[in-house]
Amino acid sequence: MKSFAYYPGCTLKTTGKAFEQSAYAVTGVLGIQMREIERWNCCGTVFSLTTDDTMHHIATVRNMIRVEEMGEREVLTLCSMCYNTLKRANEFIASDPVRLAELNDFMYKEELKYSGKVKVRHLLEILRDDVGWEQIRSKVTKPLSGLRVASYYGCALVRPEGAGVDNLEDPTVMEDLVSSLGAEPVNWPSRLECCGSYQTLANKDLVLERTEHIVSSARESGADLIILSCPLCEFNIGTRQAEVAERSYGFKGLPVLYFTQLMGFAFGLEAKELGIEDEATIKLITEMGAA
Amino acid sequence: MIELGRHTKSRRDILDKVERISEVDVFACYQCGRCSGDCPSISLMDIMPNQAIRLLQLGEVEAVLSSKTIWVCASCFTCTSRCPKGIDIARVLEALRQVCLRKNIDQLDLNNIPEEERERYPTIAWVSALRKLSG
Repeated sequence: MKSFAYYPGCTLKTTGKAFEQSAYAVTGVLGIQMREIERWNCCGTVFSLTTDDTMHHIATVRNMIRVEEMGEREVLTLCSMCYNTLKRANEFIASDPVRLAELNDFMYKEELKYSGKVKVRHLLEILRDDVGWEQIRSKVTKPLSGLRVASYYGCALVRPEGAGVDNLEDPTVMEDLVSSLGAEPVNWPSRLECCGSYQTLANKDLVLERTEHIVSSARESGADLIILSCPLCEFNIGTRQAEVAERSYGFKGLPVLYFTQLMGFAFGLEAKELGIEDEATIKLITEMGAA
Repeated sequence: MIELGRHTKSRRDILDKVERISEVDVFACYQCGRCSGDCPSISLMDIMPNQAIRLLQLGEVEAVLSSKTIWVCASCFTCTSRCPKGIDIARVLEALRQVCLRKNIDQLDLNNIPEEERERYPTIAWVSALRKLSG
């Protein structure tokens, strides 16, 4: 059994519990063990774009030390924003020995200093590069034939160049996963568009506009549901659909799932093991599986 | 009325600071407008991203610093990824935000968020909004 140090991040312990729960379930089926890092701290959620403020990256250093304390050289992430922030901050720190030494200076209470050698990975990369689509296909007991799935990448999973899991303008990793599960990937125009992210606090209207546009785009392209990899996108284009429906006459929503939840269905796991409560979604997918 | 082309010392200082924080040369921009065409948040902006860059080139830093644009940007990196001149526009906007935030001028008043809303927001939204919009 392949084992990975696992970094959950704050939201997978609160509003995004279903993501973590379903990830544990499907990695279990694939023989991957996720070992949660002890005493992890928040990643900071957004990578600082300043060149003169090294302090903004300190949260990442401490998390990387936790990974090395486990004797690991790789860390598995699920949340797109954690992945993006940890990966970019880690590369920013590790690429400059002076910067690494400066930040290690603040780690005086740690027994280990950070070596700069940890690699930050996303579960989607591990599924593609370590597990392989064939292996995933072999675990499918309920092929989701006929189900049309729109893969939503948003920003943090693909941008900017070098920070993503795949090609930044034409990623295929989620569509390949969807095909492996027996479902039909939908080609749609808004899969790389930002949902408005944290503007959900400061500019709610912006997010509602984005949600309406993104969900409608998926729907018009023939999707039955949307899958994604970010608990903030899930809130914005999932939970907020109810508010869009209140203000936009004729708006029709779509179920939004984490990609791990869709995998779980295809692997024959129960909805409750995957943290899915919405009856309509369960009905939609199970009918497909039975077909 | 905006008088163009006036690089006074104080304006030059702010522009220098923006270029230092971002390590981006705003004078590389030739105004193709690709950044604005692809920006998903453009509808709530008062000046477009390419206009912001042009105003900086002209030394009109106050017009950009007082715009809604720099606070509406969510750093999705679409502009950065697609600029044909390789200008990292997201970094320029971050530097502009930092010029304000380093003076402790916050853009997020948590009192404006209704209580019933607070309960449901994901942790990740709080952390990122506070990091991006407060000093």
